[in-house]
Amino acid sequence: MLVSILNGFAIGFLLFILAVGLSLVFGMMDVLNLAHGALFLGGAYLGAQFAGDGWGGFLGALGIAAVAGLAAGGVLSLMTEPLRRRSHLDQALLTLGVALVVAELLIIVFGDDPLAVPAPPGLDGSVAVFGATYPAYRLVLIGFGAVLALVVHLVVDRTRVGALVRATVADREMVAALGVDNRLVKAGVFAVGSLLATTAGVLGGPVYGARPGLDSTILILALVVVVIGGLGSVRGALVGALIIGQVDTLGRVLLPDLASFILFAALAVVLVVRPQGLFGTAVAR
Amino acid sequence: MTAVASPAVPGGTAARPPRLTCGRGALISVVVLVVLAAAPLFLAPFATTTLTRVLVFALFAVSLDLLVGVTGLPSLGHAGYLGAGAYAAGWVSINVTAEAPVPLLVGAAVGALAAALTGWVTVRSAGVFFLMLTLAIGETLQQVADSWESVTGGANGLTGVPLVRLAGTPLANVGYTYWYVLAVGALGFALVAVLVRSPWGAALRGIRDNEPRMRALGYPTSLYKYVVFVVAGGVAGIAGSLLVAQQRLVTPADLGFLTSSFALLAVVIGGAGSLWGACLGAALVIVIRDALGPSLDGHGTLVLGVVFVLVVYLLPRGAAGLRPRRRRENA
Repeated sequence: MLVSILNGFAIGFLLFILAVGLSLVFGMMDVLNLAHGALFLGGAYLGAQFAGDGWGGFLGALGIAAVAGLAAGGVLSLMTEPLRRRSHLDQALLTLGVALVVAELLIIVFGDDPLAVPAPPGLDGSVAVFGATYPAYRLVLIGFGAVLALVVHLVVDRTRVGALVRATVADREMVAALGVDNRLVKAGVFAVGSLLATTAGVLGGPVYGARPGLDSTILILALVVVVIGGLGSVRGALVGALIIGQVDTLGRVLLPDLASFILFAALAVVLVVRPQGLFGTAVAR
Repeated sequence: MTAVASPAVPGGTAARPPRLTCGRGALISVVVLVVLAAAPLFLAPFATTTLTRVLVFALFAVSLDLLVGVTGLPSLGHAGYLGAGAYAAGWVSINVTAEAPVPLLVGAAVGALAAALTGWVTVRSAGVFFLMLTLAIGETLQQVADSWESVTGGANGLTGVPLVRLAGTPLANVGYTYWYVLAVGALGFALVAVLVRSPWGAALRGIRDNEPRMRALGYPTSLYKYVVFVVAGGVAGIAGSLLVAQQRLVTPADLGFLTSSFALLAVVIGGAGSLWGACLGAALVIVIRDALGPSLDGHGTLVLGVVFVLVVYLLPRGAAGLRPRRRRENA
């Protein structure tokens, strides 16, 4: 039971890192980035590639993933730019095409066998937590996720850049009228969101491994988090991610046969009771 | 459904006079049908099998077009209903009878049932939200197929599905299977085409173009969306029963994200709202994936992804019907 709750936190913080970028890009520019899962998978494969090299490999993979994520976000932002006058759906379809291409390129490069990713040395064992043994890496993941969540929260809530981002989510035209080029804001958020996705991939590697098809599984978890938490809300993404982390892991322990329905049920309940998400504003939609 | 019979055809853009093109359209349909029916007499078995897969996927794409193009509900989880129908038809063929039309009807019923059970959530949303919800549902259905081993065979899929039998005789030849798929597919296509041209179809196009106005006119738009969602699920279920008749196995991949994406691609390539376009798009998808795929080292998906990106940039008309209704117009 305790193990399952800890697992829920580990997965919850991982999902938060993943979902916050998706949520901000969507809340801000109405661009649903369906390539987000593919970025995560890219990070996971990078982690798998360098996993044999110990800490250097792990940190190296994190660094490469961060740079690659920034670049990928910039490219995606540029790609959606010509479509800004078209419907949001066209932009989503574009990212869907990109997601297919990226996933297939990853298969070409890394093969289609599932890869296991060992945790970095020193963290690959287990530790005793209140009498239960628990993988050390996941504890570190919880701590790291919590710190990262705090950092993202502080940046978005307490800095000028964060204020700009929140203002753009709230009223894009007004921000543009104040003389801010919101294409730059969008590109920046897109880049940082993608960076978080690829980083989450490296961090999540030892938990999820790296395999074809993981991209859509992860994408859907992130989408559920975003829908439950409310669009464009950092706090919503955090709460949604922690809820989904707990619901998913507890569901798998308590009701293994129904586990796949439980996520959908959680989503349905939130949508029926509060269609704009827990922390969303009513204007979304 | 008395509102359907109401003579007030809504919205200038929604009403298209079908009569004018009816004669020529019927002629073209007959010619296409005759050519398709004669095809296996001239084609090698492999080509016939590919053409069978094209027909199955075309019916599936047409059922999706009913949602995407006609009603403006972009679904990214439609393969879930295809798979539900395929598993149901396969299970019945193995455990009860493979005598046509039993697997077909069971497939349609289960596809519609799955859509009825999930549709009440999805039709509360529109646009990109609908896309997300259907994506989540499709993934859920795939996980069910993957984990409910006693019925679906788990990750290995449902194997050993017997040949479809017609009046006691198994259709033990790719040509016979092809004609069976063609006959059912043509009926399914005709059903959707008739629905689209009916006042009900006009109301659906009205919902796509301006839902608030349709509601103001007294149409229960949520009910319309729910019914079309169930109908599309049923037609997808029929396509599923044809899929299992052709492959004689179903795997969780058949109801996955990729299958849904490819169906959406087929609809978008063909121009959303055009049933013939969806069929041509489906043909392109299947030819690239199944016929050219092997010569590309099995990376047909890569080509299709690139096609997807190009279509979105270069064929805005093709994607035109996908646009969510223009909300701010009369706000």
